[in-house]
Amino acid sequence: MPLVLPPSVLGFYLLLAFSPQHGVGKWLQQVFNIQFVFSFQGLVLASVIYSMPFMLGPIKSALQQLPVSLSQASYSLGKSRWQTFIRVLLPNIKPSLLTAVVLTFAHTLGEFGVVLMIGGNIPNVTRVASIAVYDSVEQMDYHAANVYSFILFAITFVLVTAVFIFNKYQLKSPLE
Amino acid sequence: MICIDIEKKIKTYQGQQVLKVSGEFTTGGITKIHGPSGTGKTTFLKIVAGFIEPEKGNIIVNNSIWLNTASKISLSPQKRMAGFVFQDYALFPNMTVKEHLEYATADDAWIKHLLEIGKLETLATHKPLYLSGGQQQRLAILRALATKPQLLLMDEPFSALDPENKTALISELKLVFKELGTTVFMVSHNPQELEELAAGSVNSSALFIDN
Repeated sequence: MPLVLPPSVLGFYLLLAFSPQHGVGKWLQQVFNIQFVFSFQGLVLASVIYSMPFMLGPIKSALQQLPVSLSQASYSLGKSRWQTFIRVLLPNIKPSLLTAVVLTFAHTLGEFGVVLMIGGNIPNVTRVASIAVYDSVEQMDYHAANVYSFILFAITFVLVTAVFIFNKYQLKSPLE
Repeated sequence: MICIDIEKKIKTYQGQQVLKVSGEFTTGGITKIHGPSGTGKTTFLKIVAGFIEPEKGNIIVNNSIWLNTASKISLSPQKRMAGFVFQDYALFPNMTVKEHLEYATADDAWIKHLLEIGKLETLATHKPLYLSGGQQQRLAILRALATKPQLLLMDEPFSALDPENKTALISELKLVFKELGTTVFMVSHNPQELEELAAGSVNSSALFIDN
């Protein structure tokens, strides 16, 4: 669902769910003294929930592309499903794993709707770069918006280029 | 003694058929299974290993029940621990030659001996990508032997080996099988192949009955 729901809708439901007035939010507040609404940790949790499908999709697809005989070979050596996953399957989807991690991170870095809903726009607490861009434009401060936008652009560009180069190197045959 | 009596519906180029295998095989014996493609040779090996469930049947290996569909007993592949040499080798791309064997066993002396048998000592730190087809196939055989299995299932195990390496490896394997008392089922396309190794032989085209 997080993949197809508008971020603001997901953010709204998370805002309700983690509200300290009732339900899960109240329980978390009373038992662990944790407040997810309008806090940085809430913003991180909401981003994780929102971005999870962007991470799991490529990993699931990479695992499905591995030959089934790899798992079977490991099972025949007496290894459990968990051992097989950690020692055989996961290391052999390293490029996909890295791509998924970096792209999800870059995607989360620029997230706007969910973050604004659950975190608000509190300076030095929950005002992330993407919200700062919006805020600066609202205040007609185009210079600040430009600086924030360039920082986001530069980080994303470096990450994507690094992944591209890494994967190109990883997939290259050693005999070439 | 290994007793096998199984039935499994399989799809072949001739439509759906029933793979039926029934027989008793002496412990320590080597049985060659030959026949044309698509006649269920690999499926049979995978049923014995526990990767595929048959509709009906029993498998008893040295008095241990591996499968009894009537009593709903079916040991997992991890409990059967039948050595399996896959047709596509199924080597782990992330592991070196030595790591493949270390993943299977902690017995360093046995690992050393296996590397000698497969003539892979000098390639111990190489990953499968850097090995030739024949070297990969030898590693697949060594890995299957690493757990000292009571039953070894080999799917076209020598197809990528040159005659010289094949003869040398077979004579070494004979000694290992004898030492371990391993019972071997070996699939091959060619009925003439492996005559010097296998005592018994089953033609897979005779395994079927029409559905």
